[in-house]
Amino acid sequence: MLRRPSSTLASSARLPAATASNGLGTVYATTVVHPAREGGPYNVALIDCDEGFRLMSRVEGIAPEAVRIGMRVKFRVHRPGGDESPYPVFVPMEGA
Amino acid sequence: MDGLQRGSAAIVGVAESDLGAVASEMSPIDLMAQGVHRALADCGLGLRDVDGLLCATAQSRTSGLALAEYLGISPAFVDTTILGGSSFMFHVSHAQAALTLGLCKVAVIAYGSTQRTVGRRHASVREYNPYETRFRPFLPSTAYALAASRHMHRYGTTREQLAAVAVAAREWALLNPVAWEKKPLTIAEVLSARMISYPFTVRDCCLVTDGGGAVIMTTAERAASLKKAPVYVLGCGQAITHANISSMPDLTVTGALESGRAAYAMAGLAPKDIDVVELYDAFTINTILFLEDLGFCPKGEGGRFVADGRIAPKGSLPVNTNGGGLSYCHPGMYGLLLLIEATRQLRHECGARQVADCATAIAHGNGGVLSSQSTVILGTEAAV
Repeated sequence: MLRRPSSTLASSARLPAATASNGLGTVYATTVVHPAREGGPYNVALIDCDEGFRLMSRVEGIAPEAVRIGMRVKFRVHRPGGDESPYPVFVPMEGA
Repeated sequence: MDGLQRGSAAIVGVAESDLGAVASEMSPIDLMAQGVHRALADCGLGLRDVDGLLCATAQSRTSGLALAEYLGISPAFVDTTILGGSSFMFHVSHAQAALTLGLCKVAVIAYGSTQRTVGRRHASVREYNPYETRFRPFLPSTAYALAASRHMHRYGTTREQLAAVAVAAREWALLNPVAWEKKPLTIAEVLSARMISYPFTVRDCCLVTDGGGAVIMTTAERAASLKKAPVYVLGCGQAITHANISSMPDLTVTGALESGRAAYAMAGLAPKDIDVVELYDAFTINTILFLEDLGFCPKGEGGRFVADGRIAPKGSLPVNTNGGGLSYCHPGMYGLLLLIEATRQLRHECGARQVADCATAIAHGNGGVLSSQSTVILGTEAAV
């Protein structure tokens, strides 16, 4: 993820060309979006993965407003179905 | 900024276009041109004097061509740098450089937007980002909400403190005859308004209006002979840190730290020397972040700093004296209107909201999602 093949960072010591993550991370920032029209509130969060990169995602499996900064989370594949490709979401780590 | 001389160029004319909800047939270029004509009248210059054109709008990819054609001019110097709402502060430094290098003699900086009339989706189309779009962030609100969540977590900033920013802006707006909002606002009303992206309710978010305007700049030498007292450019600074919020290094520290340092260094001034503060308040957290990063209070203290009316009309630091993007006008790229208000304050033209005895002002622009920051320090003859 976060592949940017032409980035100068990709060939530097700061960031390897590709990083395999163990899928564990910490919530860095979180919000709950309240759509004006259809659908209920949902979480949007920035997750700091243990390997040192950050990505936008959401934390599922708990109420969106229960997501807390500092919460330990683990990666899960979300499969939207249809023609849409899967993408990464997170769930709280057990016991965290 | 290195290479620019404090006081070498000045703002000599300013004007807003029609604001709020403009006539339905008006285009962004109509509003730019309206602003240019009014700003030229403000300083006693004519279109024949204009040989530098700087402009930006989200609604025209080649606004420099459109505006030059509309005005019937063929300017020697053109710059359509577009970096979001701070674009016009970037334009000030570019105009100052062009004027002092002799690339042009009179530069206009123009902006126009009809985002309220045509709808925000049509005015500013969101670019697809494979790493963000699928999570449905409500941008730009969600990005700023994430920054607010981090500030609240790290420094104990509260929703009530955020609301105090909106209430102060509203109090200033009630002193501004052309402000969009006309009714008083309380902390409780901010907190209980419709939630947008936690912790922001709709009252923590800027307005969605039409609007625009223009600023005329020339060399200090030429400025001295024009209609009104010149407002000199004392300092400029800029910084870009990211494009998307997931790539912002630290959500509690903005590029205003660097842009402010550069502007203060060029001006030879410190925060304590600034009389009027105009900050790009797209969201309530902005005012808090920029007060901190521009040195008006220590990092982390912004929430406590704005509580109890310190930045309101009766407070000790005049901030966003036109009512801000929160309560006066926010056409999408609001920075130009900050330059206009700072200039008018320094000319003592602001009526009920006039700050007494002011000689220096800071106009700080923000673009994208805290992405581009540009600071301009202005001063009267007495401050040069």
